[in-house]
Amino acid sequence: MATAPATLPRPHSFAQRLRAGDSIAYTITFAASATIILITGLLAYYLWTGSALTRQRFGWNFIFTSTWDPVAGQFGALPFIYGTLVTSFLALLIAVPTGLGAAIFLAELAPRRLSDALTFMIELLAAVPSVIYGLLGIFLLVPLLQSKVVPALQAVFGFLPIFSGTFHGVSLFSAGLVLAIMIVPFIISVSREILLAVPNDQREAALALGATKWESTWKVVVPYAMRGILGSVFLALARALGETMAVTMVIGNTPRIQASLLSPGYSIAAVIANEFTEATNDFYLQALVELGLVLFALTVVLNGLARLLILTTGGGVKRR
Amino acid sequence: MTTVTPTMFTPAPPANESKPQEHSEIKIRTEDLSFYYGSFKALHEITLEILERRITALIGPSGCGKSTFLRALNRISETIRNTHIEGRITLDDADILKMDVTALRRRVGMVFQRPNPFPKSIFDNVAYGVRVNGLGDRGSLKEIVERSLHRAALWDEVKDKLHHSALELSGGQQQRLCIARALAIDPEVLLLDEPCSALDPIATAKIEDLLFNLKDQCTIVIVTHNMQQAARVADFTGFFLMGRLIEFDRTEVMFKKPSKKETEDYITGRFG
Repeated sequence: MATAPATLPRPHSFAQRLRAGDSIAYTITFAASATIILITGLLAYYLWTGSALTRQRFGWNFIFTSTWDPVAGQFGALPFIYGTLVTSFLALLIAVPTGLGAAIFLAELAPRRLSDALTFMIELLAAVPSVIYGLLGIFLLVPLLQSKVVPALQAVFGFLPIFSGTFHGVSLFSAGLVLAIMIVPFIISVSREILLAVPNDQREAALALGATKWESTWKVVVPYAMRGILGSVFLALARALGETMAVTMVIGNTPRIQASLLSPGYSIAAVIANEFTEATNDFYLQALVELGLVLFALTVVLNGLARLLILTTGGGVKRR
Repeated sequence: MTTVTPTMFTPAPPANESKPQEHSEIKIRTEDLSFYYGSFKALHEITLEILERRITALIGPSGCGKSTFLRALNRISETIRNTHIEGRITLDDADILKMDVTALRRRVGMVFQRPNPFPKSIFDNVAYGVRVNGLGDRGSLKEIVERSLHRAALWDEVKDKLHHSALELSGGQQQRLCIARALAIDPEVLLLDEPCSALDPIATAKIEDLLFNLKDQCTIVIVTHNMQQAARVADFTGFFLMGRLIEFDRTEVMFKKPSKKETEDYITGRFG
């Protein structure tokens, strides 16, 4: 009892110290997250003001016309938007089934040691610089496509407009394939983590009802993880939309819209990188900045749609 | 302290059932069942008979092997890598280790410790087993779902929200939903692994009532931490300790006159 008054202030000051710590931590973390808003805002502001000239001159025609002639001062972005979307969706079309399949194998079916070894390699692949993938595309993929794959494709599907025409190696198709190779590791490693995080009692519940291993995986585990898997797909899509180096090396850099995937094309990111140094007048430069604005808007819109899709489907039923 | 107060358990079953062994067939039999996690022997030569349409409770302190034993009965234990079974387990005299595992699990259903509904609607949860086993068309599915929810005493609480998420239900309702889900494929045996350990006393009482009503239709094996629960619901009780079956008898015998010292010590609360 005698010591009680002496010890009383101590917890009090400790509590004060805690409160002070909390407010400092709050300030620091708030500042850190505020930089995100700041950067996004600055980016949008710069892209908007930096393209004022061309926006005034062309208005919406910038997006809806397809003549890109810097010498004549004609700037229509449609071929680049087309090339960006076509290559990105082609990449998703190939990478999503492959990535999901690999993730299911690694998370649910493979022996632990094999899974860990393969995952290590996949994470390595995700860290390879894109210029290396570009080289892989030029020296390995394009010759292979030219000598084996495309002749075979054209023999079977040649009647389809998307596989018509002569193939010169560099093309939308090659760019889509290289992009697919680049984004597949993302989809695998993120989806695998998400599948591994599905509680084991979900698997047991399905198995105990007489489901086979595959039925439990496909009808219970994958739907449970669906939101996260969609998240990984949109992360991959964002990377595909903005990928510059590897695409430039294999897409053919031709601003034209052609139905055939085997014809050369151009993407927004590639044209900005290629022509920035050549942009000798303000007008040309501002047209490139406006292309950047279009790409930025495209990313925002697609991500917004992705959010909407996740919110409305999201495994069928809202969780908790 | 050698006897247990009679208030701890329900009275013995009706007089004409005082010797249930004579009226009831053996549903599951284990012979010298041993279970290994890697090289660790978790169960030591368990020999046990589970009678049809009776409730059998397995009690014992944590880590005694009662859940391991239960999980061997529908071979869900196989999903853990690096485990193996020695000895024999038979269901209606057929060796379950030689059966097709999905066929076995259709006959031997299971309810887990924590309610584990799928993040789907209430209807889809109950329908899952029927659909995955291809056991019903669209019309009969609705009937099966309704009947199963009735059997699990959940119908009145959920009949107006069958298409709501199962995760909106309370913990006790979720556990009864899991029982309905297991019942939907008409299992002959229902295994319950501490089904009430995450529930409050009222939800627990509902589940115990439910088990009592279900036992005319199927054989029930329940693992429980709670001795009063075993005394209340079970016809037979087995006491596990350190991976061994110490004693197995009619519940009232186990709680009134256990023949082994360890059983008596556990039941009277000297350890565990």
